[in-house]
Amino acid sequence: MHPLLTQIRRLLFYLLGWIPLAGMLTYLLAVPGGLTWWQAAAVAFPLCLLYAFVCLAAWYPCLATPLERSSVPRFLVTHVMGAVVASALWVFAARMLARMLTGFEGFHEIVPQISKNFPLLFGTGVLLYLLAVGFHYVLLAVEASRQAEARMMQAGLLARDAELRALKAQVNPHFLFNSLNSISALTASDPAKAREMCILLGDFLRRTLGLGEKPSIPLAEEMSLIHAFLAVEKIRYGDRLRMEESIDPEALDAELPPLLLQPLVENAIVHGVANLVEGGWIRLGAHRRDGLLDIAIENEFDPEAPRRRRNGVGLENVRQRLAARYPGVASFAASAEADRFRVVITIPVQRDEGRVPPQAVLQEKTS
Amino acid sequence: MTGSEARKIRTMIVDDEDLARQVLREFVSKHSEIEVVAECANGFEAVKSAAELKPDLVFLDIQMPKLDGFEVLELIGPGPAVIFVTAYDTFAIRAFEVHAVDYLLKPIGAPRFEAALERAKERLSGKLPAAPLPAMELAAAARPPQQYLDRIPVRDGASVFIIPVAKLDYAEAQDDYVALASQGKKHLKQQTISSLETALDPSRFLRIHRSYIVNLERVTKIEPYGKDSFVAVLSTGAQLPVSRAGHARLRAFLDR
Repeated sequence: MHPLLTQIRRLLFYLLGWIPLAGMLTYLLAVPGGLTWWQAAAVAFPLCLLYAFVCLAAWYPCLATPLERSSVPRFLVTHVMGAVVASALWVFAARMLARMLTGFEGFHEIVPQISKNFPLLFGTGVLLYLLAVGFHYVLLAVEASRQAEARMMQAGLLARDAELRALKAQVNPHFLFNSLNSISALTASDPAKAREMCILLGDFLRRTLGLGEKPSIPLAEEMSLIHAFLAVEKIRYGDRLRMEESIDPEALDAELPPLLLQPLVENAIVHGVANLVEGGWIRLGAHRRDGLLDIAIENEFDPEAPRRRRNGVGLENVRQRLAARYPGVASFAASAEADRFRVVITIPVQRDEGRVPPQAVLQEKTS
Repeated sequence: MTGSEARKIRTMIVDDEDLARQVLREFVSKHSEIEVVAECANGFEAVKSAAELKPDLVFLDIQMPKLDGFEVLELIGPGPAVIFVTAYDTFAIRAFEVHAVDYLLKPIGAPRFEAALERAKERLSGKLPAAPLPAMELAAAARPPQQYLDRIPVRDGASVFIIPVAKLDYAEAQDDYVALASQGKKHLKQQTISSLETALDPSRFLRIHRSYIVNLERVTKIEPYGKDSFVAVLSTGAQLPVSRAGHARLRAFLDR
């Protein structure tokens, strides 16, 4: 549907725009054309009203011949042909109108007078149609930019939304319930250990609260949060939980979004270590390479373990956060191979807040 | 052994976390009528101990290595009263559908524990009705909707096999049991073939006969066999009878 026909207000403005054009045609028919002013106006105004609607049809060839993707010959042929056809129709309509007007007082000679002006009418018709083509391209451009703006806003909202959801999902309530149950067990058997666990848990929670507000933190800070988390989990799982780290000292000051890695370590425990009778290892590696930070988190898991719920939600959160924060620049890959699960993240190392070094452009890859 | 000791409630505690077992042990120790006969740290151990020790009462965690709590319940059968103990409230409805006595949320409080124990005693003394159907049927029925089995746990005495459904060739009804054919072996499981049929993904498994469900990936050809009947030949070489209704279902599936 033509955008001008969907709203009566827009259509009225458009028709208003044709009044000066009708005035010009009246002048052309009266002065060079030799008609009386009355005759010229009586012909020009109805003809222009009709042509205003004929020209709306230019919308469709314009839509089918987008400026940025059409060849010049195709563009010219389409619109010149359109102009010739529309103008020929118009001249024909002018003749019909002249015939209808012959019966009226002062219009007896109108038919030959109009016939004499056919070339003038035809030329004007072609020019007016081409004017309409230009107008429609402007309309299309406005429409496209409005849509692009809406898409941008939507993408921004989605990104923000993903961040918020990710942050809200950070502290898994079941981690809290299980930890509290462990503390409850320790109060009877080992009160000192119970107190220690309370303090570790408090420390971890306080850190997550403070960090959630910041846009980014150094890797060192994320690692100390992970250590606080693991200290609590270590009391629950004992020797079943084995953490191995290999972190390049240079990587420690690289900035990254807060609480990005902790959920991945938690995932590795819930879907890996917790499902293994003898427990298992988690390996975390971080290295710097030409303006990039590579992080790999690997864990053992039992491929035959009972299926747990929420599997994949945590990973999807991280993927969305990275895509929102570093669109097209960060990469995220998760893969399971035999009895090990591996998540690999690459993000650009930020120097100033929010600035991404130009050489850090990567293809986003997923598997 | 005196008479009062003989009436002790034989109890198992199943949880993969040592500290979680410890809380339960502490609560239970206040009751002289309860005897803890086993503590298990995973599903396999739990099934093995239950088969050997025939407990009256089981405290059962849900998320554990090897087998989850529901699978354990399915395999140990309807005998013992079961109290689920978990940090997740999302399994509560399922737990009562399989006629668990109670459902305790971690961290566990003493009053709530006592109430659960009371209910268990009522169940054991016959005041509360036990599961009206075999527990395995109930466990099968309590599967979350739109989620088909991806593995079938089977118990043989004290040992447990896990059959991933992709490795199940076919299932055959044998009285109250189904024989599950997988990798050249047959495993018996106490379950009706109809309840197994509803638990399997209908796009991968089809009931071709009153007594047979087949893994469609294994079917290599359908051959006529006498008048009006057919056999399905599997890639393993097995030949299964196909009833007329089963043949119509197969056709409908193949035409899709």
